[in-house]
Amino acid sequence: MQMPVPNPAILAKKAAVVAALRAVLPADAVIDAPEETRAYECDALAAYRAQPLAVVLPRTTAEVAAALKVCHNLGVPVVPRGAGTSLAGGAMPTEDAVILGVARMTAVLEVDTVNRFIRVEAGRTNLAVTAAVEGEGFFYAPDPSSQLACLIAGNIAMNSGGAHCLKYGVTTNNLLGVTLVTMAGEVLEIGGPWNDAGGLDLLGLVCGSEGQLGVVTEATLRILPKPEGARPVLIGFDSNAVAGACVADIIRAGVLPVAIEFMDRPCIRATEAFARAGYPDCEALLIVEVEGAEAEIAEQLGLIRQIAMRHAPVEFRESRSEDESRKIWLGRKSAFGAMGQINDYVCLDGTIPVSALPEVLGRIGELAKAAGLEVANVFHAGDGNMHPLILYDANLPGDLERCEALGADILRLCVEVGGCLTGEHGVGIEKRDLMTAQFNGADLEAQMRVKDVFDPRWLLNPAKVFPLDLSAARRG
Amino acid sequence: MKPRDESELAEAIRAAAGPLRVVGGGTRPVVRAAGEALHIGGLAGVRLYEPAALTLVVGAGTPLAEVEALLAGERQRLGFEPVRWNALLGAAGESTIGGVVAANVSGPRRLQTGACRDALIGVRFVDGRGEVVKSGGRVMKNVTGYDLVKLMAGSWGQLGVLSEVAFKLQPAAATEATVVLEDLGLGDAVAAMAAAMGSPFEVSGAGWMPGVGTMLRLEGLAESVAYRVGRLSAALARFGAVRIQRESSGALWRALGEVAPLHGLAGAIWRFSVKPSEAPGVVARLGCPVVLDWGGGLIWAVLPEGVDARALAAPYSGHATLMRGPGVVFQPEAPAIAALGAGLRAQFDPRGLFSGGAGNGL
Repeated sequence: MQMPVPNPAILAKKAAVVAALRAVLPADAVIDAPEETRAYECDALAAYRAQPLAVVLPRTTAEVAAALKVCHNLGVPVVPRGAGTSLAGGAMPTEDAVILGVARMTAVLEVDTVNRFIRVEAGRTNLAVTAAVEGEGFFYAPDPSSQLACLIAGNIAMNSGGAHCLKYGVTTNNLLGVTLVTMAGEVLEIGGPWNDAGGLDLLGLVCGSEGQLGVVTEATLRILPKPEGARPVLIGFDSNAVAGACVADIIRAGVLPVAIEFMDRPCIRATEAFARAGYPDCEALLIVEVEGAEAEIAEQLGLIRQIAMRHAPVEFRESRSEDESRKIWLGRKSAFGAMGQINDYVCLDGTIPVSALPEVLGRIGELAKAAGLEVANVFHAGDGNMHPLILYDANLPGDLERCEALGADILRLCVEVGGCLTGEHGVGIEKRDLMTAQFNGADLEAQMRVKDVFDPRWLLNPAKVFPLDLSAARRG
Repeated sequence: MKPRDESELAEAIRAAAGPLRVVGGGTRPVVRAAGEALHIGGLAGVRLYEPAALTLVVGAGTPLAEVEALLAGERQRLGFEPVRWNALLGAAGESTIGGVVAANVSGPRRLQTGACRDALIGVRFVDGRGEVVKSGGRVMKNVTGYDLVKLMAGSWGQLGVLSEVAFKLQPAAATEATVVLEDLGLGDAVAAMAAAMGSPFEVSGAGWMPGVGTMLRLEGLAESVAYRVGRLSAALARFGAVRIQRESSGALWRALGEVAPLHGLAGAIWRFSVKPSEAPGVVARLGCPVVLDWGGGLIWAVLPEGVDARALAAPYSGHATLMRGPGVVFQPEAPAIAALGAGLRAQFDPRGLFSGGAGNGL
């Protein structure tokens, strides 16, 4: 992964940049000592690092605006950062960039259960949003697996999803409004606790723009009443193709579960060794969760059982208690940790049409074999969002490169069957140079023109999303 | 002009010497557009329909009725419940799916499952430069690049002409029923709708119409609907007498979506999108015939032509659109937001082909 050469003129004026930031921000909001800025040198794509010029940690929208104005005037790139949990390198700095972290902005500003929204500062964690409303019987739906740590600001930047978005949608479907600070330091209010935009849908444009259009400091989020209950069922199959056909039949039958999760044999074995959730030793496993009152759950699970039985499952395990539900989810939720125990891994995030599932799993197996690497699959099957985990050894010279080459082949395969490079993690630096596999020049040019409008000097998170050669002229 | 495919469309736009008036079915004459008519009816047809993947891709000129019939055949639907305003706006013709997207038209179920823009997963369009641009695709979860899909939904053709649109679908409901509260004042009606929407009973519509009263819709599997009707009725009993409508429930919601109680009334038609709890105050200040949808968050109002409904209704959050009658169509935006909109129009439509006539307030 290439990063642009840091601008020597900016590196040379580091002291002046830091002084200018200190002049407008509280003393403890500007960090420039190398031993302290090191903590910000990477995000969850930890193979890539760069020490930022400085880090600012503002506490208010006004401080964010002041910091951005300084950087804008001095022509210094800014990389916005939430909790640094991006798997795509979305928050990775360059040496000539200032990191702007919003993690100190955590307040709840307004809870309105009558109109069903919450307004928070964007540095609040995803889970703490639900925590603020669950006492009143509500929750915030998008639930990325990093939800304990990840911040709403990052969720909005990457348009994060989660396991339950088959029913509830992703961040953009649950976002009502934002306070956005532009690179020039202008504070904008976009949207609010009403439906739809009165003009162009700028909110939809900002969500998922990977911190390239502005810095979100506050967000108005839709909250939903908690369902009366939820229950998962675990279904084991002796082939990936049959499991894939079962997913298609469930969707086809008109049942819309909140989640359909899929794990293949390598993943089942690894998680079983790690978490001992009591999963059957089979080729493929589905976890299907439905919601509602007792009778409604029974009605839906009855239908799902009928459908599953037509595919001769090796196991059909319906949870009968809270504890059994927890156990069914335990393995799935431990999957990434379990793989981490075995080896270093890269987690991919392509989406494919659900109908292409069996074919794609087969071809991933072939590609992995040819590359001499092992791939485990765990993913959101209901919406086709795959998470192939490629195992490699970081200490083995050349292994990361082989792993990345295989990853790129798998993502190109996702595009080839009608899917896309990333379903919920974002492009960042990781998939930046693969964008031409999915988009042609006109498509990418149209997207870059949007950035031209919001950030004409291309100072916000500039080395991300677009292939470096395509954005070079704009980045200057 | 009536291009037969996307490349003819691009050719027509590249060759255009002056403003274009993009026409789908001509059923939503809201934006004042001038110039030569550019009909998209030739860009019709189903490109891909995979019921087992809940995915539909169609040409933008495909009639809405054709899309609905196709999906009904597989017991599926567009979850956002596109509605027709022909009778309300006095327009003939048949709505096209591209027009639905361009106006981000959503019906009562918008409250539960989101708007047209939320179900839209991909677009292809030709911008004012004559370039074919695609964004999104045919899969449900996709964060690859900027979401121009959302930008195009509800852009009323200002940025380009849609050639193809892709949707995430929903299974059709096996059954539905409506819980009706007949005799509530508007304050109580909005409070009852908020209580229903805050319940776990998955209400898929909450509206108020003169002559009917407060309506709450429940959809799903038969036993589930029966259970929730019972629980919701009990929860709302404190507001007043509750009646259950099963047989003609669908007709009620069609009437609400089409704003039937306001058909045939003379005057200007306004559409307010506000914070739902503000609805009783806004309606009191407007003092005119209204229909409420989205739990009070959507207010349809008929006022004499020339009355500035925005000034009359203030204060309210959100926005008001003038759907029929003389005046400024769109809610004026804060200067910084308007500047971004102007910047986007300049990028996508540098020759000003799609900016429409005067009076839109853009």
